[in-house]
Amino acid sequence: MDRPKVVMDAEGIDRSLSRIAYEILEKNKGIEDLVLIGIRTGGIYLAERLRKKIAAIEGKEPPLGILDITLYRDDLLITKKKPALGRTDIPFPLDGKKVVLVDDVLFTGRTIRAAMDALIDFGRPKMIQLAVLIDRGHRELPIRADFVGKNLPSSLWENVTVHLTEKTGRDEVVIEREG
Amino acid sequence: MGLARKDLLGMKDVSAEEITLILDTAESFIEVSSREIKKVPTLRGKTIINLFYEASTRTRTSFEIAGKRLSADTINISAATSSVVKGETLIDTARNLEAMNPDIIVIRHSVSGTPHLLARLVRQSIINAGDGTHEHPTQALLDMMTIRSRLGTLKDVEVAIVGDIAHSRVARSNIYGLRKMGAKVTVAGPATMMPRDVGAFGVRVCDTLEEAVRGKDVIMMLRIQKERQHSHLFPSLREYSARFCLTGESLALAAKDVLVMHPGPINRGVEIAPDIADGPQSVILEQVTNGVAVRMAILYLLGGGMP
Repeated sequence: MDRPKVVMDAEGIDRSLSRIAYEILEKNKGIEDLVLIGIRTGGIYLAERLRKKIAAIEGKEPPLGILDITLYRDDLLITKKKPALGRTDIPFPLDGKKVVLVDDVLFTGRTIRAAMDALIDFGRPKMIQLAVLIDRGHRELPIRADFVGKNLPSSLWENVTVHLTEKTGRDEVVIEREG
Repeated sequence: MGLARKDLLGMKDVSAEEITLILDTAESFIEVSSREIKKVPTLRGKTIINLFYEASTRTRTSFEIAGKRLSADTINISAATSSVVKGETLIDTARNLEAMNPDIIVIRHSVSGTPHLLARLVRQSIINAGDGTHEHPTQALLDMMTIRSRLGTLKDVEVAIVGDIAHSRVARSNIYGLRKMGAKVTVAGPATMMPRDVGAFGVRVCDTLEEAVRGKDVIMMLRIQKERQHSHLFPSLREYSARFCLTGESLALAAKDVLVMHPGPINRGVEIAPDIADGPQSVILEQVTNGVAVRMAILYLLGGGMP
């Protein structure tokens, strides 16, 4: 097995998030009606960081929600053991809002499909945009991200893991062959 | 993750890890019931049959709402309007229902052990919604969820269960479950309502309500079940309530922030004074709210994956 290769370090992650924060503001012309929704679990921490960066630029924080997509997964009926369920927490209405979904890695697109179905059960957002730290390709659904930290060509036999201080104690993106 | 079991028959054979998984999952489901659109697509295309041979408002409605909020199709059968009145046996009914290929059967029956019989007979998941004087596992789980969410833990929590312990499936399931989670359980009731082998449950036994509730964190009052008393176990309801009705006076002996629980339906003024049932310590309606979440969790964890 190859050793895990670091493809993004702490500074790289931070710079990418800074750029994404500016891009979000540019595209949406400020933070009016803007809300951030982090997808459990990696997306939550990235959404929190984006919120801080946006607040530093605009002087005002956009609302932040947490979405658990487990109940909307399309593989629940074909897997034997049920995945652990986390709590969704979106304490504000989504009607008419510009929602930026935040996740760590964009891969098959199935998580994002589930997330969009879940969001629409909460109301009718004006639009949904997608921000990811890593886009590793291999889409199985017609989904693309609006804001990407890094495009990372990968093979299907590789794992891409985003480590974040809040979760695993360090900021780092690694790619490794499946062991 | 997930429950590695086909059925949920009782708390006796459920492990502490499984209980924790069910309660954690249920806590996440609370949010779904607070949405404007209270429905998720998780069990779309699954069929749940609620087979109730005994009267029920809470449990049946709770299971039906839980199933519907998970997008399953739920069908209710009650004995009074089924072929039971034409003399069909339980086993024949079960085989016929099985032939219609549902995914989960929820059963309540007045005979202890009926869900266990069905579980051996049919390939569907069986959930015990109360069997005779034996077990009522989903009630125990929603009770434990209520205690855990209020007190933060079940470990070393002091619980008094008061009333007809011998005939209570709620008491039995709670004793099994609470003990596994490290709670300390005390029971009290008239001597005629104590199981002969009550010591085997690992609980402390008290003769009086006052002694049982002293210093307790949780008081669980049981309903006097007139339908299960074949002989007179106490002289009169009045005499029972004089000794075992939870009033402000007896409540004052418990811990300051004691939780007052009751599985319902309440006989007001028999086992619990109306002002206590509606008072600030009462979490009786919270139990009902949590019941939907617990049942959603169980349906989700048992429901419909590959066999």
